[in-house]
Parts: sequence; C-alpha cells; structure tokens
Amino acid sequence: MKEFILIFRHEDGQKVASPEQIQVWMKQTMDWIGGIAAQNKFVQGNGLPFDEARIVGHNGVVTNGPFGDIKETIGGYIIVKADTIEEAVEFARGCPVLQGEGNTVEVRKIAKGDGVH
Amino acid sequence: MVFINFISTAKFDTMRDYMFVFRTDYNAIPERTAEAAAAMTQRWMDWIGGIAAQGKLTDRGNRLENTGSVVKGKNVVTNGPYAEIKESIGGYTIVKANSYDEAIEMAKGCPIFSQGGNVEVREVSIL
Amino acid sequence: MEQQELIPHLFRTEFRKITSVLCSLFGIAHIEIAEDIASETFLSALETWTYKGIPENPVAWLYTVAKNKAKNHLARNALFNEKIAGQIKQTSSESEEIDIDLSDQNITDSQLRMLFTICHPSLPAEAQIGLALRILCGFGIDEIANALLSNKETINKRLYRAKEKLRAENINIELPSATEISARLENVLATLYLLFNEGYYSESNDAVLQEDLCLEAMQLTYLLIENELTNLPAVNALLSLMCFHASRFEARKNEQGEMVLYHDQDETLWNRELISKGVYHLNLASQGTALSKYHLEAGIAYWHTKKADTHEKWEAILQLYNQLLQIEYSPIAALNRTYALSKANGKEEAITEAEKLALTGNPYYHTLLGELYTDIDNKKALDHLQMACSLARTIADRQIIQKKMALLVH
Repeated sequence: MKEFILIFRHEDGQKVASPEQIQVWMKQTMDWIGGIAAQNKFVQGNGLPFDEARIVGHNGVVTNGPFGDIKETIGGYIIVKADTIEEAVEFARGCPVLQGEGNTVEVRKIAKGDGVH
Repeated sequence: MVFINFISTAKFDTMRDYMFVFRTDYNAIPERTAEAAAAMTQRWMDWIGGIAAQGKLTDRGNRLENTGSVVKGKNVVTNGPYAEIKESIGGYTIVKANSYDEAIEMAKGCPIFSQGGNVEVREVSIL
Repeated sequence: MEQQELIPHLFRTEFRKITSVLCSLFGIAHIEIAEDIASETFLSALETWTYKGIPENPVAWLYTVAKNKAKNHLARNALFNEKIAGQIKQTSSESEEIDIDLSDQNITDSQLRMLFTICHPSLPAEAQIGLALRILCGFGIDEIANALLSNKETINKRLYRAKEKLRAENINIELPSATEISARLENVLATLYLLFNEGYYSESNDAVLQEDLCLEAMQLTYLLIENELTNLPAVNALLSLMCFHASRFEARKNEQGEMVLYHDQDETLWNRELISKGVYHLNLASQGTALSKYHLEAGIAYWHTKKADTHEKWEAILQLYNQLLQIEYSPIAALNRTYALSKANGKEEAITEAEKLALTGNPYYHTLLGELYTDIDNKKALDHLQMACSLARTIADRQIIQKKMALLVH
C-alpha cells in the first residue's frame, strides 16, 4: 500500500474563528480522522497554527509567512495509506476544511526510500 | 472533567516541534547529471544528519512525488500539485527547537536554496 | 484458616517472594534452583505441619526453612558453591555466613527486578506471560495451562525455552537505569496488560481462575506504583484501566455463569471501591506529559463506569477512540469507535462509516451492523445477525446474537 499526504490549504489563514466554531471544526476533524484510522489507513498528522509562521528564502532572507505573496496557507496535514490516488482523494473529499469557501486539500504521493527531499 | 483535560493539555516534549515545508519551482530546475543529483542527495543527507546528531529531528519527513491532485470541494478535483503558485511543495521535515528563531536558524542550512526554493517554518500542534 | 486452605494460599503469596529473592541472589542462570528450593520449602511445610500442626507464624517458618535449604544447597553443591557463592561472598558483607535477605524491602525489590527480567524484550510475549504466571504469580503448571487455554506439555516446553533464552542472553537481574527505564517499562506494561486481558477476556469456564489472573496482574502493576522510579503516568493509567474493568467482575456473570452484556448489567453490583481507586490513579496518570494508549483506554473505561446514556458520555468516548486508533489500530477499537459514533452522531452516519471498515470476516462487525440497522432496515439487520451467528467463535457469543435475532423477529 502506498502513502499519500493530504495537505489542508486555507484560502485566508487570517480569518478569525470564534471558540465555538473552532470547537465544532475540531470535532469534525477528529471524527474525520478517527474514521480513517478506524479503517487502519491513518499514518500520522499534525496541525500547523497560522501565527508566527516564517518563510526562509535565498541567502537567509526571512519573511513573515505564510501570508506574503501567496494567499493560501497550509493549516495542517495528515498522511494516509491508500492503494491509489483516487482512494486518497476519496478520503480528502470528507475533510472538514473543504467547508470553507476557497479552501482546498492537496493530495500528493509520498516518495519512499531515496532520502532526498 | 480531568479526563478530557489531560488529553487536550498534554504536551509531548518541553521543546516544541516545527515543520519545514520545502517549496521549489520544479519546472525551473534544469536537467542534472546523475553525479550532480547524487551530490545534491548527499547535501540533503548531511543537513538532516546534522539536525539528527543534535537530537532535534522529530520526523525526518518525506519527499513528495511531483504529481498529485487538488480537491477543491466534494466534487471538484484537479490533477497536478497545487498550481496557484509557481513553487510546489517538494517535501517536509519536522524538527525540535526551543523557539521559532532556533528553528529558523536550522532551516537556513537547507540545500534547497541553491535550487531557488524556500523553506516555510511552522510550529506544529497536535491534531 | 485450615491447613488445606492455608498452604495453597501461602503458596500463591510466598512462593514468588522466595523465588525472586533467591533468583536475584543466584543469578538468572540458576532460576530453576531458586524455584526448586521454594517448592521444597512448601513440601516441607506440608509434611511438618500435618504432623506437628501449623506454626505460630507460618510465613516466618517458611522463610527460615527456605534460608536453611538455600544455605544447605550452597554447602552441598561444590560446583555451584565455587561459581556462585564466591561471587556472593565478595559482593556481600565480609562475614563467612551468606546472608539470604528475606526482609520486606528486599522482597519487594527482588520481585520488581524479576519483573523487568521476565519482561525482557528478547523474550516472545507468550513466554513472558508464562514465566510471569509461574515465577511472579506462583501459578502451578496446571493452572497456567487452564488459564491460557493450553495443555501442561505445551506450557512446560514454553517455560523451558523461555528459561533457556534468559540463560543464553545472560540477562542481569536488575532494575534498568533511570534513562532506560521508560523504554523498558513499555514492554513490562504490555505484558501486564496482556496478562490482565488473558483473565478478563478468557473463554475459560473457571471464573475464579479468571479473576485471580486479573488480580495478579493488578498486584504486579502495583509493585511498579510502589517504586518511585517506576511510578510513572502510564503505569497509573494501566492500573486505573484494570480497576475500572475489574469493578464489573460481579456484574458480568449471572447466576448460571453466563456472560451479562454491559448494557444489561446491574450497576449496583459494580464495585464502587475499585471505581474510585481507578479514578484516583487516572488523576495521577494525568499529571504527566505523555499520553499512552493506557491513558486513552482508561479514559474510555472511566466513562463506562457511568451507566446513563448521555450525549456527553458518548461524545467523550468517541473522541477517545478517535485518538486511540491513531496511536494503535485494532479491529475491536474500530468497531467500538463506530458504536460510539452512532450514539454521538446518529445511526445513519455510523452505518456509512461501519461499511467502510470492511471487516466482513469478523462476527462483531456483523453484530454491530445488525444493531445499527435495527429499526432502520430490519431485513438487513437480520441478515447481518445471521452472518454474525455463523461466524461466532463461542457458544456464549452465539447465544447473545440469537437473543438479538429473536427480538427483531417479534
């Protein structure tokens, strides 16, 4: 079985959500991930809070990211096991992040064993 | 409700985890010889090995294939990696550091800069 | 206590202490000598007490006899004496007399050291369980065979191989260093957890033996709690989990010895004392920084000590299962998670999620779907229950499913 990463992209990471909204979103996310884990297809995952992010560029230039030129922001990711990218895309369709307008989930196959990034 | 509290407040280490997201414009990278590619691999291994040697590598991470899909809604799926921006994500690594500044210093050693790429540094929170 | 009850009772409590102390002293290579001396001590007790009556302090009597037997053995066996006694003399005091220390402190320390030795990662899990039952719980070979649903011959072979392995690896009987302890502890906890589950989920008909197995696992876990170095959050979480489960011993069997499902249990039979002990240790467990599967399972077990079907309860259980599955997948956790989902988010969502699990060869999968489809699509519910019935592994399980089917038809 192959591994795929599901990257949550938020169109506007600066949007402020109420604690109640965050709580609802957390439950939906945990239920979504729990459902994938219950199929033994979950590998790992993390959230990436928006504040204080940085981009390190050429010659050690550091900019306040992720809100620079790019509008989208990564809010987190999970890695799942799937036989095909279509199966991984099916998992992605259930991601609660997609409820936000303009948000997307990027699905990418993980390259294994060559040690290069 | 201590039983729920301990779960949400649990921290796994006194140091925090930071994720490095590697971005490059893959279309702009010229074809390389096998030797050049091997030398580049070596530089990546050395850099990550150096972080591991300090006991600060949480997860060596993964390289991502340059193909993929973007799900924009339940029924909207496009092929290829995220294309709104030139640079696409080539991989990630998770390190341990005491502060953002320390993580940024570690990121500055990344070989990706010689390919015109950049590293996004993000604190990790447990989902 | 009459003599015919007293000796088996003392065997259960004192055999492990004598064996642990002697084995700690002699080294793992001589584990059988330690066992033999302990066994002979009880044999002497049986002979002498029958003839002369029970001594005033039976435990002290056993210790004195064990000490003398150990000293005699050292004196008699020249080879053993040369190799081992020489070392012992060097490391103990300067006096010629070999000190066999059966003080409370040394008994506790020796048992803890033996626990780490037996739960050494080089041994397969089943060997660890067998050895723990023999050396640390004082189970006879027959009892071990019964408890593990095996036979005497298999158990004897397993124990023999396990001891050979310990000898071959020449493992020191000692507590791991402070830096190693949490890594080694993982294996110890895994074995204690298995030991408890062997008792709790055993299909053996011997209810007393099942309970005994669970209580022994708890007692060994308690050894870890009593030592400062090993009194760690995950250990408290495991003990808490055991307390919550054990609190239902009384309620989970009816007068005919049949299994009573959680749902149908009389909660006045639940042991309140064990429940509050569980809560106490869960609170201690929550003071740490790490989150183990034992924390999550103890959390789930805690919520099960509240019988009332509240939304809060099932939501909490669902979230705990969501996290548990991310740490460690198991089919039973996946099924229980889906049941909690039906209680927290509704049956329709749970049916969709259940069908994704694709555990079609698992009877509990079909029992779950049978339950979820009840009142939504009774035909499908019945089909699943029939499937569950044909896949069921035990008569008890089959009876439970048949009861559910009967309810559906009426």
